[in-house]
Amino acid sequence: MTARRILVVEDSVSMRSFVRNALEAGTAEVGEVEVTEASSGFDALRLLPRGPYDLVITDINMPDVNGLELVQFIRKSERHKATPVLLISTQNSDRDRERGLALGANDYLAKPFTPENLCSAASRQLGGGASPAEPNG
Amino acid sequence: MAEGGDKAREEFLSEAQEIIESLSRSLLALDASLKAGTSDPSLINEAFRAVHTLKGLAGLFGAAKMGTLSHRLEDVLDGLRLGRMDLTPETLDILFNAVDVYGRILQVERDSLDDPLMIVDDLVGRLENFGAEDKEEMSPVVEYDLDPGMLAVLTEYEEHRLRTNIEQGLGLYRLRVQFELATIDKALDDIKERAKTHGEIITYLPTGETTSADTIELDLLMASRDDLATLIGSLGADNVVIEAIPRRGRPSRAPSQPLTTAPEARQISSMDAPSPSALDLADSSDVAAEPAGSLRSVAQTVRVDINKLDHLMNIVGELAIVRGSFSRLTERLRGEGQRQLAAELQRLHRNFDRRLAEMQDGILEVRMVPLGQVFDRLARVVRQISREVSKEIRLVITGAETEIDKLIVEELSDPLMHMIRNAIDHGIEGAEGRQAVGKPEAGTIALNAFQKGNHVMIEIEDDGAGIDDEALIAKAVSQGLVEAGEVPDLSRDEILAFVFLPGVSTRDEAGDYSGRGVGMDVVKTNISKLGGVIDVQSETGIGTKMTITLPITLAIVSALIIRVSRQLFAIPLNSVTEAIAFDESSVKIVDGREVMTIRGTTLPLCRLRKLFQFPQGQPDDKRRFVVVTSLGSRRLGLVVDHLLGQQDIVIKSLGKSLASVRGFAGATELGDQRVCLVLDPAALIEEVLVGVDTREDFARSNG
Repeated sequence: MTARRILVVEDSVSMRSFVRNALEAGTAEVGEVEVTEASSGFDALRLLPRGPYDLVITDINMPDVNGLELVQFIRKSERHKATPVLLISTQNSDRDRERGLALGANDYLAKPFTPENLCSAASRQLGGGASPAEPNG
Repeated sequence: MAEGGDKAREEFLSEAQEIIESLSRSLLALDASLKAGTSDPSLINEAFRAVHTLKGLAGLFGAAKMGTLSHRLEDVLDGLRLGRMDLTPETLDILFNAVDVYGRILQVERDSLDDPLMIVDDLVGRLENFGAEDKEEMSPVVEYDLDPGMLAVLTEYEEHRLRTNIEQGLGLYRLRVQFELATIDKALDDIKERAKTHGEIITYLPTGETTSADTIELDLLMASRDDLATLIGSLGADNVVIEAIPRRGRPSRAPSQPLTTAPEARQISSMDAPSPSALDLADSSDVAAEPAGSLRSVAQTVRVDINKLDHLMNIVGELAIVRGSFSRLTERLRGEGQRQLAAELQRLHRNFDRRLAEMQDGILEVRMVPLGQVFDRLARVVRQISREVSKEIRLVITGAETEIDKLIVEELSDPLMHMIRNAIDHGIEGAEGRQAVGKPEAGTIALNAFQKGNHVMIEIEDDGAGIDDEALIAKAVSQGLVEAGEVPDLSRDEILAFVFLPGVSTRDEAGDYSGRGVGMDVVKTNISKLGGVIDVQSETGIGTKMTITLPITLAIVSALIIRVSRQLFAIPLNSVTEAIAFDESSVKIVDGREVMTIRGTTLPLCRLRKLFQFPQGQPDDKRRFVVVTSLGSRRLGLVVDHLLGQQDIVIKSLGKSLASVRGFAGATELGDQRVCLVLDPAALIEEVLVGVDTREDFARSNG
């Protein structure tokens, strides 16, 4: 099957690499992936037209265009509205996380997370990951 | 996988370092704004975001102590940015302290040191007392007719900023802007910069409406004291439509315009100018070009380990040696009558030369970093010391953008810090002392950097009391560094140079800070290890200025190859001003020292034959040369037998066993497998001009 395209939006470069490495190493669970990195909300807006993506993973707390605004933009967009969005948030930002879910984000992952947590959350959104033949729960 | 893990970890540590530096910058700016009585909420938010990111990273990469500290700091900064706490100098102190603690944590993480990091626990303990009072926020937001879609996407912080601005009576505006995706960063910076003078942009919301694939429409929510007309005048444009967001119910406190102006304003500023078809064509070609542009924007920088650059530079050095063989080969071919081959080889040689030079420049450029990196750290130190010794200090920095080799920057931190400490501790007088002589109460330390030819100059200038000559002389005499009888003959510069001798301090009781076991002699040694020199100027009652002259890079240098007796030596060209024919008859003896006069100025001489104790006065001596070296304001003429030409060299260290031999910067390999010693003009100038007594030691240790 073709690689799943994932857009990772996060302003910290090592956090982005962490997510990329985890996804790329998690082939067994997530399947083949092609990760695109965006370093800010604006960068994401610029990269979205190059989609569609199979999944967007975004941080909430970013300067200028924040993760919530990105979720709303994706949900309003004809082209991307069906794209699943996975939020990355910190433990003590319940309010922001709730808002994100209310705006149409599909799930969230609290920092810190392990590569395993990330892969299983991603694979839930991608709908079955590597083996689409297997029914998912 | 393990290797990937190491790499990720390295990336994490280097990003953490950058974040900590940016945190420090935000805190310094906050400190300045606190002192000036102004406040910039975005600075607190930047500090919060820095700590927030550190916390997240610490969690992912298992840096437990960093996580604990960040967690507590985040709470404090969150309280500050959400207005639950007020920023006080005490809070800032703790935050500055945290920057230092972070530095230590990084060091321990990086070098896997065995340090339980109790300082983290101490600081966390102190932070426990900073509980945020839970000020309940009123919600005046509902007073505004805000689009619920816009309210829903505000983060907690943005919502707080919105409330605060409304409470303070600012009016709200919506800026609908259209940006080209390809140039969005610049357009955004531009509007941010212009909006700054009028108020605060609270958020940027993409509307989802697009007119074409390469543009994006955003709604900017802005709070401002200015009225709509002013904002339109300043920020309005074809692609920027500004509307006031009306208040509900009671009359507005904000200087907002009557409702009716909004649509008008919209019409005026959004009037579509009919575009000529040529423009349309240009637009469509932009569409095609856009994807490449947007791809490039994602990752424009990479991090590179400095050792890898060193390795590349060494290869360039080896290639430079290979290059040397080209010319010899060409000569040989020519000698054997192979003219055509020789010409072809020469062409290749020239091409190779050019590319090699480009490559060398390229690598050097990558190694360059702005001095601002170390200046930021110094600003923190100034703040800390000035608070602890209760002296108010104004630090004025110029030339922070001046670039220098990364390795030099790393080594500069300690010497500069020590000099700054000296300036605050010994130089700047106490408040009463300053008032008594009519100086402003706050002392000023100027830190200036600039490039001058192949050198970078750094000046540290204070407006303090200046160096006390009498005390300096007394100390030097009592330490046996100079005979009391010689003192009257000494020039002021020679006296001031005493501060760089071991064991000399202008005060009997060393101050708290500058007295930490390091003297100016150590500073001087460290600077000369970097191939630099340090000069001091001082005027009693007016202040002291230390000037450091450094090479821009240590990696590769152009050198003049000379011969003395049968030995070859290299002299780095950056300290050579000229080479002239030596005329024995022009030598005079002044104060027991050989000098000659060139163009009206006196030049002290040093005969390398004599210095190195080579046999004297051979017949081939009749045509000799003087190589004029200079560093800072000092000059010395080196008398040599032959000039062999100029060559780029990579200086290799002489190794530990010879490290104590002064006068040599190292050794290098010339193109023909010959090895030669590289002279260190800074040390030579030092030994010959200042250390009259040490000259013998010098000759002996090299003999």
